[in-house]
Amino acid sequence: MKIPFAVCIGVMVVASLCHAADGDAGKGAQIYQRCLACHSLEHNRSGPRHCGLFGRPAAALPDFTYSQALKSAGLTWDAVTLDRFLENPLKAVPGTKMAYAGVKNAQERADLIAYLKQATHDPAKCPEGSSR
Amino acid sequence: MSSTTPQASTTTAARRSFLSGFGKFTLSATAIALLAGRDRLALIGSAEAKTAGNDVTILNAALAAEQEAIAAYQVGASSGLLQKPVLDLAVQFQGHHKEHATALATTVKKLGGTPVAAKAKYTFPVEKLKTQADVLSFAAELERGAVSAYLGAIPILDDRELAKVAASILGDEAMHWAVLRQALGLPPVPSAFVS
Ligand code: HEC
Repeated sequence: MKIPFAVCIGVMVVASLCHAADGDAGKGAQIYQRCLACHSLEHNRSGPRHCGLFGRPAAALPDFTYSQALKSAGLTWDAVTLDRFLENPLKAVPGTKMAYAGVKNAQERADLIAYLKQATHDPAKCPEGSSR
Repeated sequence: MSSTTPQASTTTAARRSFLSGFGKFTLSATAIALLAGRDRLALIGSAEAKTAGNDVTILNAALAAEQEAIAAYQVGASSGLLQKPVLDLAVQFQGHHKEHATALATTVKKLGGTPVAAKAKYTFPVEKLKTQADVLSFAAELERGAVSAYLGAIPILDDRELAKVAASILGDEAMHWAVLRQALGLPPVPSAFVS
């Protein structure tokens, strides 16, 4: 049975039915390679570093120059906000500097988010000081 | 930049003066076809820039990534870790990124925008770059990311001609990625589609 991802979120059906919500972090690491021209976990590139991302308010790094749009979006990064943003950044946050069409496939997004959840708080990948 | 060989910069200069002369002469159809990736950059007028603001943001994001790639190749080329012929490849690829950056910055200006400036300092994981393979893997990672970044830019560019230019750059960066993978002993072209 296939249930649309939005329905899963909306009515909180038993998690096991929501295939797209079960991300595979290993596959997500592969998908994260798409982001590496502009991001890395530990260092700012043309996009902000991702260490510490999960649970942090959007546009919170003091040493990165964010767009006004992202600063005033009032988001905190979790599985739901990331899913919406990564599907279509320019639609989720009009005026963002992240000029990227997005990751359109819900399963790929779930995998990517599972990876981000793990990696952005992994002390081996994100040493002291890289998360703030 | 110091890593550009004098020969390479002469070629670039020659090409640039050729391009700036574009419009003064009637070019053959072949020449126009050859320049198809770049002629648009010279021809865009601000009157055409209906939704230029959006495109400027996208091109500036690409420009920032190109500048970062130029800096990364500089780190690689001056690391002392690269041996010929791989070193020559790195210098050549850096030259391509410089051409991409110039083309993008020119276009942003033509669209009435301000090209982002290169950062004074880039932070790369230099402590993890200990061998030639480390440097090549890092470069391959950036090139692979660049392919995805252009793939993510093409569908959202309003101007179809600019999308074509982005595709032309994507093709070049995909070739870099393949050659770097080959140099690393990996299958150069891992799949039928890039994502
Ligand atoms: C073309 C370059 C580019 C690509 C490709 C890109 N990003 Fe971004 N990203 C940015 C920029 C620039 C920002 C800052 C946005 C702003 O200030 O509006 C950003 C911001 C973000 C943020 C918000 C971070 C914060 O500190 O609030 C997240 C999360 C993010 N990107 C994730 C991703 C992921 C995951 C991918 C790969 C699927 C990706 N990005 C691909 C350039 C890019």
